[in-house]
Amino acid sequence: MSDPSSLDAGAAPVPAKPVPEWRQYVRFLRNALSQSVEGGWKFYVWMTLLTAVFLVGANAWAVQVRDGMAVTAMSDHVSWGLYIANFTFLVGLAAGGVMMVIPAYLYHDEQMHDIVIIGELLAIAAIVMSIMFVVCDLGRPDRFWHMIPGLGKFNFPVSMLTWDVIVLNGYLIINLHICVYLLYKRFRAQAPDPKMYVPAVLLSIVWAISIHTVTAFLYCGLGGRPFWNTALLAPRFLASAFVSGPAFIIVAIQIIRWQTGRMFGEGAIRTLVGIIRVTILVNLLMVVSEVFVEFYTGGSHTSAAKYLYFGLHGHSELVPWIWTALAFTLVAVLLFLQPGVNRRPVILNTACLLAFVGLWIEKGMGMIIPAFIPSTLHEIVEYRPSLTEWKVTAGIWALGLMIYTLLIKITINVHSRKLRDASGARTVDPEDALSIPSEG
Amino acid sequence: MNDPDPDKPRTPCSGNCSCSGGSPTPSDPIGNPGGSTRRAVLKGIGATLGVAAYAKALAPLTELTQQTSMDEFLQKHYKELTKEELSAVLERLTRETKEQYGADVTIADPKPREGVKFGYALNLSICNGCRKCAEACHLENNHDRPSHQSYIRVFEMTKGSMDFEKGDVHYDHPVPQPDKYYMPVQCQQCEHPPCVDVCPVEATWKEPDGIVVVDYNWCIGCRYCEAACPYHARRFNWQKPEIAAAEINPDQSYLSNRIRPQGVMEKCTFCLHRTRNGRLPACLEACPTGARVFGDLNDPESEIRWVLANKRVFVLKEELGLKPQFFYFFDE
Repeated sequence: MSDPSSLDAGAAPVPAKPVPEWRQYVRFLRNALSQSVEGGWKFYVWMTLLTAVFLVGANAWAVQVRDGMAVTAMSDHVSWGLYIANFTFLVGLAAGGVMMVIPAYLYHDEQMHDIVIIGELLAIAAIVMSIMFVVCDLGRPDRFWHMIPGLGKFNFPVSMLTWDVIVLNGYLIINLHICVYLLYKRFRAQAPDPKMYVPAVLLSIVWAISIHTVTAFLYCGLGGRPFWNTALLAPRFLASAFVSGPAFIIVAIQIIRWQTGRMFGEGAIRTLVGIIRVTILVNLLMVVSEVFVEFYTGGSHTSAAKYLYFGLHGHSELVPWIWTALAFTLVAVLLFLQPGVNRRPVILNTACLLAFVGLWIEKGMGMIIPAFIPSTLHEIVEYRPSLTEWKVTAGIWALGLMIYTLLIKITINVHSRKLRDASGARTVDPEDALSIPSEG
Repeated sequence: MNDPDPDKPRTPCSGNCSCSGGSPTPSDPIGNPGGSTRRAVLKGIGATLGVAAYAKALAPLTELTQQTSMDEFLQKHYKELTKEELSAVLERLTRETKEQYGADVTIADPKPREGVKFGYALNLSICNGCRKCAEACHLENNHDRPSHQSYIRVFEMTKGSMDFEKGDVHYDHPVPQPDKYYMPVQCQQCEHPPCVDVCPVEATWKEPDGIVVVDYNWCIGCRYCEAACPYHARRFNWQKPEIAAAEINPDQSYLSNRIRPQGVMEKCTFCLHRTRNGRLPACLEACPTGARVFGDLNDPESEIRWVLANKRVFVLKEELGLKPQFFYFFDE
């Protein structure tokens, strides 16, 4: 940095006057955004594909808003469907990102610390997706402002949904703060001030637990829905979240590695596999426990579980779903328990994929829909998502992947010093996992 | 796949390379004017196409403005409307009904009567399952015609069991059947309504006279109340209700039977536009057997109080502790 007092050094191209902080910040945001849409042809193909899928979903949603929710397959009997199923799963995915934060910050796992932002960015993308799924489930999205405290009427603390609004938005803000602050500091080539982000990181750990607990409370607090009305729901949600989150991150690390050509994260993957080995078994134990209570006790409270696993009175729409989920989870368990699975990418990725899809079904279609079948007055009306619902779902997932891709790209650009502040030199820190050497 | 730049060493794409621009000087990609211009043009085309695609995809939303006026969008919660604002809203709703449905209606806002608490009782010994109550509800409350919506579902139950799993709502044969009894179910107007608790925006609440109502213009359509209700009492407007002008019941009120907008919840209101004006609910008037008893629970002389004191009375799903104000009873 040149001395600000040496104003007479007219020949020097370096601006002598220090640039104000806010201008640096604006510059950071502008550069980050503009650089994030630069890329090679593979990047453009990927983003174009995602945009196309997103637009199909956006169009389906627009039609749904215009013509009414009748374009979905939901009914007064099954009043929540694929949207809320995805919402539930995604809250878990967001909470799952914390499984990188805990080893990094509480156990001082250095390797994890270097790339913990991969998990924090996943939390951001997943929360955005989960909020979008709720908005797409609203019959009147134009009245969304009724939920804004102060402006509308916020039924806090009685309605669990208002708790969910608070914890989800809070989690989004906390993670945005952590990520943006750390990236900005790196952009400025300054050491981050622990006071500015470590408390937020610790808060995010507690908060991650809270988002999935509150989301479970949405369902398990309803006395009229015996299938949900179990104290095991929140712990089960958490256990499965700590499978799906790490599973996604393990694959994400490998993709980033392959795209950047830098080997990093071996230790992180080892830790995450170790976590999954425990959580996937805990989750399975809780599923078995629930199934036992349901079926051994019997009675009319078992109807929903019977419908889910074996079909009821000739209705069996969900049976293939849940057995697929169980099969996927079981195979994933066997694969994860293989010794040295983290050194065998094919087995590892297969296991991650199976666990991810298996839990998406188990916590989505397998958790939301059976609570409505049979209905509270024991009528059986089945549900199979309509094309509109599939389109909107694909659209939101595409948008989420787009957001995640761009966030990861910004991060790599910052770490590789492609984005520089006014004074920054273009150097690569060989110790930095997410820094990639620029050509030339 | 053809590699666009085969001479380049196979290092992974780093994001700021010039592979699509075909730059011969990889050391300074930005310094290549030809590549950057071509890239800028391509980007411009891409951005234009993108914006056009977005506009096209979201075009259906613009057709919505015909249905939702700015006044409706900005309307306050029912409880926060001043007298003047409320009459303006009622006037607007009347006008919109004329515009959209071609019917001249009166939309009033009868208030709960001081000291009155409504209760409903139903005699299972004489209900014959004719479903006249459900039909009357359909007509009185201006329900969507194609879906035959009604706030009342009548179950044909098997004698010897109170299990709804053995019941059937879709029966289609002469009634009453000798081995069956009939159980109409509608909103139980719970003392502790879970549907009210879960609503994130206070769009539904319990009135002083015990009726649980919905502000159809405040509801955001999240359907959490529908999931919370153990009696299947709530309905959602999956699309804009269809109803011919000639069939519209013109005697309407804001909190009850006015034609509901698309995408909001609705429910039985004990026909408050009638009962708050001293009349009986439409379902009671339609019942040919006299199975239905409606009245003021606070009035010791009322028929419903006599029923509660002298008949074998029960409520549905009492174990949930929601204290329904809808009672079932048997004759001696």
